[in-house]
Amino acid sequence: MYTTSDLRKGLKIEIEGQPFVITEFQFVKPGKGQALYRCKLKNILTGSTLDRTYRSTEKIGKPDLMQKDMTYSYPDGDHFVFMDDATFEQVTVDVDVIGDLKYFLIEEMPCQVLFFNDIPIDVELPVFVEKEIMETEPGVRGDTATNVNKPAKIDNGYEIQVPLFINQGDLVRIDTRTGEYADRVNKR
Amino acid sequence: MTTELKQKKAALELRARVMGMTRDFFGSRGYLEVETPLRVRVPALEDHIDAEPSGDHWLRTSPELHMKRMLCAGYERIFQIGPCFRRGERGERHLPEYTMLEWYRVGADSADLIPETLELLTSVAEVTGKTVFDGVDISATPRVLTVREAFQEWAGWDPVASFDADRFDLDLVEKVEPRIGMESGPVILKEFPVARAALARLRPEDLRVADRWELYLGGVELANAYTELTDSTEQRERFLRCAEGRMTRGQEVYPLDEAFLDALHRGMPACAGIALGMDRLLMRLLGTSDIRDVVAFADG
Repeated sequence: MYTTSDLRKGLKIEIEGQPFVITEFQFVKPGKGQALYRCKLKNILTGSTLDRTYRSTEKIGKPDLMQKDMTYSYPDGDHFVFMDDATFEQVTVDVDVIGDLKYFLIEEMPCQVLFFNDIPIDVELPVFVEKEIMETEPGVRGDTATNVNKPAKIDNGYEIQVPLFINQGDLVRIDTRTGEYADRVNKR
Repeated sequence: MTTELKQKKAALELRARVMGMTRDFFGSRGYLEVETPLRVRVPALEDHIDAEPSGDHWLRTSPELHMKRMLCAGYERIFQIGPCFRRGERGERHLPEYTMLEWYRVGADSADLIPETLELLTSVAEVTGKTVFDGVDISATPRVLTVREAFQEWAGWDPVASFDADRFDLDLVEKVEPRIGMESGPVILKEFPVARAALARLRPEDLRVADRWELYLGGVELANAYTELTDSTEQRERFLRCAEGRMTRGQEVYPLDEAFLDALHRGMPACAGIALGMDRLLMRLLGTSDIRDVVAFADG
């Protein structure tokens, strides 16, 4: 259990069996009144938000969360198989947990998988992944404008917006946090 | 750390000027600047204020009791600017060591302190050349409302008719203060329920409420004023009740300040007093929501 003195922005806590992260935190003390701890919370599983105010005597649940270094192995239907770097144990992660990150998975990619009560609930990929452009309108020679974009598809059909100078066959870097084009990788 | 300190130069210069102007303000009104001990034998007994020990003494949580002893001794207008210490208080608007301005005026009641406090605010705000800070005009006529009115309007209950300490604190923070924060000028919340009278006199026409008000700027509590309780018997009873409450809640219980009670017993003139958080005033003038921005060293 946590006490209120542990509370701070970023701390993960448990309320009624659900894991939450504190997104905003404020210590308040109304004139002559008791110390109170105001928190804005985000449910790690559902993303829904919640306001909670704790009194200094309250105890707060500590979620059983563990982040593990894992390596992505292969897709298996609606699931994705990862291997625990420490134990070599294989873990299957549901597509719902991975979401759009599934487009950026590359075999042997180092990832971090977050477990809540031993169930995988979130996967973190490296910030940038390199992907080849499979399909896009031909680039315009000499046009290096970066504020004009066009659609492009990567190997698995995921569509991103890229600058005009990007061509089919180019290797680009994608920011996995936003799912957006970051820059072009110089051809080897 | 050094860079951070360097970046605070403008804020600290403003702070020094505000302190100087505050002293001038009170000096020109016939107030005597006083200094009372930081290290005290007994901290004031308050429901929810914890003192930091200092050897066989404590660090003061407020200069109130010593300043009142001066009032008993015939000093009629006194003010003090200095540090106070409160254990466990740290947040965007709280530091365990912070600077309090406190002043007392014999012959006044708490209502007399309202215009004086507002004049102080406009006077020190002159250093910035503005009167509006983050949408709050500190020179505007304040909205004055009773605690009962505020709670009936925004929290849907009357804490004067029946008081619930826990609910009072939570609703004040979650429901009332955010609404006060929407006002474009100062807000005065007055007539606190007797359970939150602290060291204020009860209102003779309604003993369920105390002659106490709080000043808010932008939803942030800035100052707390009383028509002071001068009855030593009632004061002793309040201290004892407070000690009992602290014992029940498992908080440290401090002995009674007999030197203060004795002075009160021999007679304190009718007077009003007020404490104002200088760091919070500076936060408002500088447009920051973090108290650490207005002090050179926030981590001790």
